[in-house]
Amino acid sequence: MRAVTALLARLLGRQPIGWLQLTHHRARLATALAGVAFANLLVFMQLGFFGALVASIAIPYDGMNSDILVQSSDANTLQDGSPIPRNRMLQAAAVPGVASATAVYCGRIEWKQPDGTVRNVDVLGIDPLAHALRSPEVARQLPDLALADIALIDRRTRNVPLALFDEIDAGHAYRIEANNRGITIAGTFILGGGFGADGYIVVSDQTFLRIFRNRSAGAPNYVLLRALPGEAVPALAARLNARLASGDVVVRTMAEAVAKDQEFQTTQKPAGIIFGFGTFIGALVGIVIVYQILATDVADHLKEYATFKAIGYRQRFFLGIVLEEAVILGVLGFVPGLLFSLGLYAVIAAATGLPLSMTMARALAVLAGTIVMSVISGLIATRRLAQADPAELF
Amino acid sequence: MTDPIAVRGLDHGYGQGETALQVLFGVDLRIGAGQFVVLMGASGSGKTTLLSLLGCLREVQAGSALVLGQELHGADEAARIAIRRRVGFIFQAHNLHDSLTAGQNVRMGLDVHGLLPGADAAAARMLDLLGLRDRIDYRPANLSGGQKQRVAIARALVGNPEIVFADEPTAALDRENGLLVVELLRRLARQRGTTTLMVTHDPRILDYADRILTMSDGRIVQDTSPK
Repeated sequence: MRAVTALLARLLGRQPIGWLQLTHHRARLATALAGVAFANLLVFMQLGFFGALVASIAIPYDGMNSDILVQSSDANTLQDGSPIPRNRMLQAAAVPGVASATAVYCGRIEWKQPDGTVRNVDVLGIDPLAHALRSPEVARQLPDLALADIALIDRRTRNVPLALFDEIDAGHAYRIEANNRGITIAGTFILGGGFGADGYIVVSDQTFLRIFRNRSAGAPNYVLLRALPGEAVPALAARLNARLASGDVVVRTMAEAVAKDQEFQTTQKPAGIIFGFGTFIGALVGIVIVYQILATDVADHLKEYATFKAIGYRQRFFLGIVLEEAVILGVLGFVPGLLFSLGLYAVIAAATGLPLSMTMARALAVLAGTIVMSVISGLIATRRLAQADPAELF
Repeated sequence: MTDPIAVRGLDHGYGQGETALQVLFGVDLRIGAGQFVVLMGASGSGKTTLLSLLGCLREVQAGSALVLGQELHGADEAARIAIRRRVGFIFQAHNLHDSLTAGQNVRMGLDVHGLLPGADAAAARMLDLLGLRDRIDYRPANLSGGQKQRVAIARALVGNPEIVFADEPTAALDRENGLLVVELLRRLARQRGTTTLMVTHDPRILDYADRILTMSDGRIVQDTSPK
């Protein structure tokens, strides 16, 4: 404790009165740190979910063996766009620089579990003769997919016993009912679920059309394009946009498509907005807690501060004390907040399969935000310093 | 050499309109360097107001008050703070900071001028002078009332103030410690030329005074030299 006091005295160029005040009232300090840690936990969890949302949006795009995506002009995500004319695939394939083109159909089914609960699963219908997905497991099992009513399931589908996947991989095919049609899950692959659905099933385009009877072979959801080696993808996308400029489709590089999807889901969809609002509320809670602690501390020391004013200390000296306390509370409260958050991240990631992980950038941003939050609280609390009137001391 | 305190026609009042209350009326006063002056008077006679005006804790409303060569009438906050850094205050209540040790509290009287080398040693010496060397690492909660008051006095004196303004500094002290404090203030007045203006009702102190001022109804009505 003495070493910290001496260090702070060197850093501040004066006695570290804020530090001495905080450490003198241990119970109050513990309460304050718990409050700051709680606020940090709230912010970390919201940012964690927000980050998981952003990361999970990119997962299916990353899984596609594609440089460019042709999708409906009203599409913001992989799921919400209107089907597009299949001949757009043929037109795109004819553009110089395009190596291959394949159509993908997308739909969602409700998979009823033996216990009566339901899993929402996105179904991707692909051409078994093309390599629409990067997954080596899918590539290996494409011949099986060509058979009618055969499906592969994502091992990261949420709330499904891992043993089921192991059994499937061991050769015990599993039958499910999708839109009143029996489907046999004959193998697995690895992709990863997001917030929209619990997981993915891959079927052939023919099987897809049998599951979704109202869908047409002439209207896939999007077209995946591969560029020739050495081809500049953004320039090719621009040429394709010009060639297919009929208004019903839009051509995006995969990076553009991911960015568009993330921007839409984080600003227009409830989940993104809720996580952003939750972060704000967490910061607000922190500000209120730190303000309460600092304002009480100032109120408890008004006579001493008035005495210091009489001695000749200027206003900035008192501001320095309050801000010193604010920064100390912010930094010390951040540490347990970070540790608890790391623990909760691990628990939630294991339970939900969401890509919830702590990044250095996020930890540093929250630390900076915590210090800013504490300083704001301190600045508000310093208004009470005006009540320290040395003239009242005599 | 000018007197450290020179007051002429000093008026002061509180409030405005019908609730206005005039407490000082044309006070004239000169106190020379090194004088040990006791200020007496009934409660409400204006002693405390005079002390707080001369100590730059209030703004002078009317009249002239020269303290350490600075005219206080019209002086801005920065000028008044500059004067306050050259004087020492001893209040009735010790107002020690509960989180600081006795030594750290005394250092506050020095640190106002910045972190000075030897500040800890100076604080220790001052506590030693007041018989508190062995209490230097004690927090106020672990000191008696008299010890706290002596620490507060050490805080006021450690910066070698040119003037000491004291308000009943011995009220919380027993006879022995009361005399110790008064003798110390008297010694500083003699050795360093420190001017002392002390409000007190303690008759034991009168024997030490160079002058005794008596106030009544906002005026100095008596100015005597006991010796």
